[in-house]
Amino acid sequence: MNMRKYTPVFGLIAVIIIFQLVTTAIGREFYLTQLTMSAYYCLVILGLTVLMGYAGQISMGHAAFFAMGGYTTAVLTTCNLMNVKESLFVKLLGTSGLTIMEKNAYGAEILHLSPWISLFAAVFVTAAVAFLIGIPILKLKGHYLAMATLGFGIIVYRIVLGTRLFGEADGISDIPPFKIAGSLAVSGDPAFRVQNYYIAAFLVVAGVILLMNLIDSRVGRALRSIHGSEEAANAMGVNTARYKLFVFVLSAVFACIAGVFLTHFNGGIGPSEADVMKSVTYVAIVAVGGMANLWGALVMGMTLNYLSLRGYFGSFDEFVFGSILIFIMLFFPEGLLKMGNFRNLARGLARLKNKYSADKKEG
Amino acid sequence: MSFLEVRNMCRSFGGLRAVDGVSFAVVKNAIKAVIGPNGAGKTTLFNLIAGSLEPDSGEVRIDGKNIYNLPPYRIARNGISRTFQNIKLFSHLTVLENVMIGRHIRSRSGFIPAMLHLPRSRREERDIRERSMEILELMDIGDLADRDAMSLPFGKQRILEIARALATEPSLLLLDEPAAGLNLYETAQVSEMITGIRERGITVLVIEHDMSLVMNISDEIVVLSSGRKIAEGVPTEIQKNDEVIRVYLGEDDA
Amino acid sequence: MSFEQLLQYVLSGITNGSIYAIVAIGFNIIYNTTGIINFAQGEFLMLGGMTAISLSAFLPLPLAILAAVIITSFIGALIDFIFIRRLRSPSVLNMIIVTIGLSITIREIALHVWDEKVRSLPYFTGNEITSINILGAYISPQVLWVLGISSVIVVCLGGFFKFTLTGRSMRACASNITAARLCGINTKNMVTISFMLSAAIGALAGCVISPITQTQYDCGTSLAIKGFTVAILGGLGNSTGAVIGGIIIGLLEAFSISVLPLAYKDAIAIAILLVILFVRPSGILGKKEAAALKEF
Repeated sequence: MNMRKYTPVFGLIAVIIIFQLVTTAIGREFYLTQLTMSAYYCLVILGLTVLMGYAGQISMGHAAFFAMGGYTTAVLTTCNLMNVKESLFVKLLGTSGLTIMEKNAYGAEILHLSPWISLFAAVFVTAAVAFLIGIPILKLKGHYLAMATLGFGIIVYRIVLGTRLFGEADGISDIPPFKIAGSLAVSGDPAFRVQNYYIAAFLVVAGVILLMNLIDSRVGRALRSIHGSEEAANAMGVNTARYKLFVFVLSAVFACIAGVFLTHFNGGIGPSEADVMKSVTYVAIVAVGGMANLWGALVMGMTLNYLSLRGYFGSFDEFVFGSILIFIMLFFPEGLLKMGNFRNLARGLARLKNKYSADKKEG
Repeated sequence: MSFLEVRNMCRSFGGLRAVDGVSFAVVKNAIKAVIGPNGAGKTTLFNLIAGSLEPDSGEVRIDGKNIYNLPPYRIARNGISRTFQNIKLFSHLTVLENVMIGRHIRSRSGFIPAMLHLPRSRREERDIRERSMEILELMDIGDLADRDAMSLPFGKQRILEIARALATEPSLLLLDEPAAGLNLYETAQVSEMITGIRERGITVLVIEHDMSLVMNISDEIVVLSSGRKIAEGVPTEIQKNDEVIRVYLGEDDA
Repeated sequence: MSFEQLLQYVLSGITNGSIYAIVAIGFNIIYNTTGIINFAQGEFLMLGGMTAISLSAFLPLPLAILAAVIITSFIGALIDFIFIRRLRSPSVLNMIIVTIGLSITIREIALHVWDEKVRSLPYFTGNEITSINILGAYISPQVLWVLGISSVIVVCLGGFFKFTLTGRSMRACASNITAARLCGINTKNMVTISFMLSAAIGALAGCVISPITQTQYDCGTSLAIKGFTVAILGGLGNSTGAVIGGIIIGLLEAFSISVLPLAYKDAIAIAILLVILFVRPSGILGKKEAAALKEF
């Protein structure tokens, strides 16, 4: 196996570990919370990068898939089964370890479904919806595709905002932790900050590896050929409709999983996660990171999300995003982190340096 | 027995009859040229055969098999490959990668094996890469393998498109104006290439405007004008055909 | 449902529908000249309304509205000069992201200039409780203003595009931009004019609807989406279609309240948009091949 292409991954792992050690050492472990959240958003962005950058399909409604994941797990794990605890079905689930009995914040005993079930349910539902909606939507191109996906995202937002089951404007809270193994659990408990950081990091690294493999394969090449010329790809035997659908569903599943885990980490979810702005932000970060650039998207995703979550932009948050969008698209349509830009920058700096030393000689 | 059979192809756009009842056949391993003045319906005919356009009526048979209404990617899997009049290379891909796409239908690894980097998909990748390099070397552009496809000069881009089509191991190759925009030297190269292709057992149907190329390499010629077939036969016959001369050179206003 | 109620719903539907139609026409003007879908279209309405509201504090209402229209139109020209002219052979995605970025930025600037309070222009004639009795339905006179001004806009635009040289030049650009350039038409200026025109009619519509629906820094987004739905429904680029589409969507929305909970009302237009896109992207009056040609 050609290990050399995985060097950036090893670099990433190293950076992850260093960050954790440093923040613990300087006593700022709470930075890890925002890093963890940013990492989960990056999962969405990674999936979207493959869809947009490599397969060339615009999706302006990806937050909807994140929300589907989050809300599914929220609803299923906050549904108190105490009243029906004697029923056969619930007993059956109990014996297979799929229900959990524990005390909630008020000390009362509640019985709820295991988050493993809700994880599978969320992935299943999201994949099914993405599959069904993908078939007609991916026949569209350009502006039409953008608007259709935008419309889809808004419909999901409206459903989530207007339905009692989903908590309407307040969303759902008091979501139990996601117990993975032993004492390892996804939750907002500050005592387990470091653990949760590594869980999120693990998912991101796994995602990066899987996607890197995909891009570098026959399938990835087929996706890129669709982006290059869909007509020629078809003529060469690539079933473009099927490939577009697969990658659409794949990116939806990435977003869904991120939604599930982040919801358990935060202990709650609200309709703002399905908002148009969220979808636009994801698209913006993919574009800024370089469209067909997994690493660029990751770097940009971590940076911008982290800064936004820490509140560095204050009330100008959306203004900054809007401006970044415009600026990047006008001056760097290929994305910010493309090699070409670095070369231009280097050339520009070299010219400045020459001018400066020339001026100095004269003066 | 004819290898490619086109029967009564019809396609209109609005009121315009782009292809009007065209029928002809191509014998296996032959080179057949489709010529005619601009707007005669040649590329439309190709699009109909290759499946990117739906015919209003008519039949296309490959080796006896009816390929009516199959989507383009299925038609490719049935052994028909093509090039395009306005070159459609894959941007953002290298020269080698473009040809590797041609190997797509001759390989199998799907999404999951790809993501998990399973040994079978790794082996297949190596095979694809080797075969594609072979084809590039054969067409004499092996040294350009890692260049961005769109950075190639025009003549080499045309050759690359043919290489890509060949990578699918077609039994029928449709070439749409392969010599368009090429100089004398490049045209001669393409000429040689096409005869070389025929030698490998592939049947070739080529649209061309360059008469010397057409007369030199074709076994048979079909002439279209305003959507209809007006002549079919060997080059020497076509050269003497009054109707063909009239269509190309106009009426003699005596 | 009694006749009066029916009439009430119909008039409400047509009122909103005509505003959507104006937004759609704004989309069409820019789309026809440039091929760009201007996601910031809704913001023109918001800016027109907000500016007029601020100006009406010290100017008489008609002057305030006129000034607001002129200012917004000027902003439209600015957008073209600063951003659109810079674009060299942009891809669809670039265009979409730029106009979305513009929409977000304008919205946020508006938020910081005017704050998030809901405001509205005073009623053009009468006030909130005046009502006119039409065949048993009681409507505000503002509704008549909306319908009246919308019709005037549509008719004037029709005349402009048909009978004036500038209008015909813009249609030429829409048809074939290279040929238009070869005829000596300054296409860059035509683009600027199309932005100014779109902004102007948007601003006017924003002013006239303000007393009824109130104006807020973020009211542009949902208007843009509905306007876009109407534009696609009627056939992108076709203004007669926009009018028809607007009336249809407006009526559907109005009647949907009697069937679905109010919270889902906004989703109606979008659901319809999706259905149209799936079934017939060229819209009611659009040509099928034209729809295919204008994609990238």
